[in-house]
Amino acid sequence: MRKTIAEINEKIKKGKAVVVTAEELIDMCKKQGVKKVAKEIDVVTTGTFGPMCSSGLFINFGHANPRIKMGGGKVYLNGVPAYAGLAAVDVYIGASALPDNDPRNTEYPGDFKYGGGHVIEDLVAGKEVKLEVMTYKTDCYPRKELSTWIKLSDVNEAILFNPRNCYQNYNVAVNLSKKTIYTYMGILKPELGNANYCSAGQLSPLLKDPYLKTIGFGTRIFLGGGVGYVAWWGTQFNPSVKRRKNGIPLSPGCTLALIGDLKQMKPEFLRGASLTGYGVSLIVGIGIPIPVLNEEICRWAAIPDEEIYAPVVDYSNDYPNCKDKVLGEVNYAQLKSGKIELMGKEVPTGSLSSYKKAKEIASILKEWILKGEFLLTEKIFDFPGPESGYTFKSLKIRE
Amino acid sequence: MEEKLVLHFPPTLIDKPIISDLVRKYDLHFNILKAYITPEEEGNLVLELKGEEKNLNSAIEELKNMGVKVQSIKSDVKMIEERCIHCTVCIPLCPVGAIYFEKETESVKFNPEKCIACGICIKACPTKAMVLTI
Repeated sequence: MRKTIAEINEKIKKGKAVVVTAEELIDMCKKQGVKKVAKEIDVVTTGTFGPMCSSGLFINFGHANPRIKMGGGKVYLNGVPAYAGLAAVDVYIGASALPDNDPRNTEYPGDFKYGGGHVIEDLVAGKEVKLEVMTYKTDCYPRKELSTWIKLSDVNEAILFNPRNCYQNYNVAVNLSKKTIYTYMGILKPELGNANYCSAGQLSPLLKDPYLKTIGFGTRIFLGGGVGYVAWWGTQFNPSVKRRKNGIPLSPGCTLALIGDLKQMKPEFLRGASLTGYGVSLIVGIGIPIPVLNEEICRWAAIPDEEIYAPVVDYSNDYPNCKDKVLGEVNYAQLKSGKIELMGKEVPTGSLSSYKKAKEIASILKEWILKGEFLLTEKIFDFPGPESGYTFKSLKIRE
Repeated sequence: MEEKLVLHFPPTLIDKPIISDLVRKYDLHFNILKAYITPEEEGNLVLELKGEEKNLNSAIEELKNMGVKVQSIKSDVKMIEERCIHCTVCIPLCPVGAIYFEKETESVKFNPEKCIACGICIKACPTKAMVLTI
């Protein structure tokens, strides 16, 4: 049994493709066995909805009369600085950007009420956003200052470009110290007061195709409620990470860089996030279709929560000081039960990633494919695999 | 009259039977909702006190004179459902189980009856779905 993407696309166009979510696939494989299911199913849809700080938006505002050169000047959207080291009216606003006057952690733990992620959410929701520019004058761009209001429909391009999304597995964060800590993994109470995780587990895209056999440059995906693409391998990409027999990495592994047109996206799937004591971020909804080209791909896509293990890491001392210590391993079925056993203690769990929304995303993508609105793509090239030696380096500080 | 209070006891007062003495002296009924000692050895007590208005006020006055910080829970925490993404990060932080996960709907639910307005969920919520109303 071998299928090609072209064959699957023909079936999608005729409305004959058999599409299921990864959750449905798991059930089917448990009942009928992978062999039978692999023949039947053409596409498996996945989903994830969690905070992803390495996200941001390119905007081209169009030219004002008289012209202004934002490039090299200062640009703010609702008071949040955007990167203006580009051409005259192009900027990039990052998800974790903060207003210059935000108190940050001087009032510890800081609230981080509004930042880049919220600007992106406001834009996608169609809200008016204040644009302020301070720059220098040139012969061809005589204006030095500008203050106006813009909304998404006013700008030329609004391109969401996220250098790192979709982490393949992630740490479970705990706090071994005696005081509460405020991290990007949420508030962690002292002495194993809680354990926070951040993955959709059995629905998470890269856990369903652990060796990226079907996902690569150019793969068409669901991004923020619209259609997007895989633009590169993500930053901190680490295919060489140690894996279990089933291919699931023992610690955070591969990542993806994603791109898409913000004008197609929806605020339900792109949300600003405030992480007390840490900063701001963007919660991104992503869904990736996996074509069931053979039995092996089906077997991977059917890996259930019980067989996906995540490492438990202390965020009070080990994580800040780059100690690779793992306190234990727990699977996503245990994590989702609401409590885990750790160092002889029962620890309540919480997730930063929404499984309910991940499921909704996988279902929407399934509907798109069933209706023939979304065709699968052949990847243009493969990303580095475990055999490539490509790995994740740390920064060495030198004199 | 009934009042929900948060009492903060300095370390020097932790070992004294303050509440029991007050309850007898002013003929009050009490219901302890939560009690804990912070790592800094401050005692925290969340309780409901019931009794005659005059007595209740005198008891609160006496607590303050002893150096106990008294905070009234007049504010309410509310969940704005449209903002909740059902991630569950707030659930293990809630000290009284007022926020819980409903398996059938895979949703995060809030029971205001149980809430003691400690505010930890407000800090924990990344999408500002939990808010304080006064």
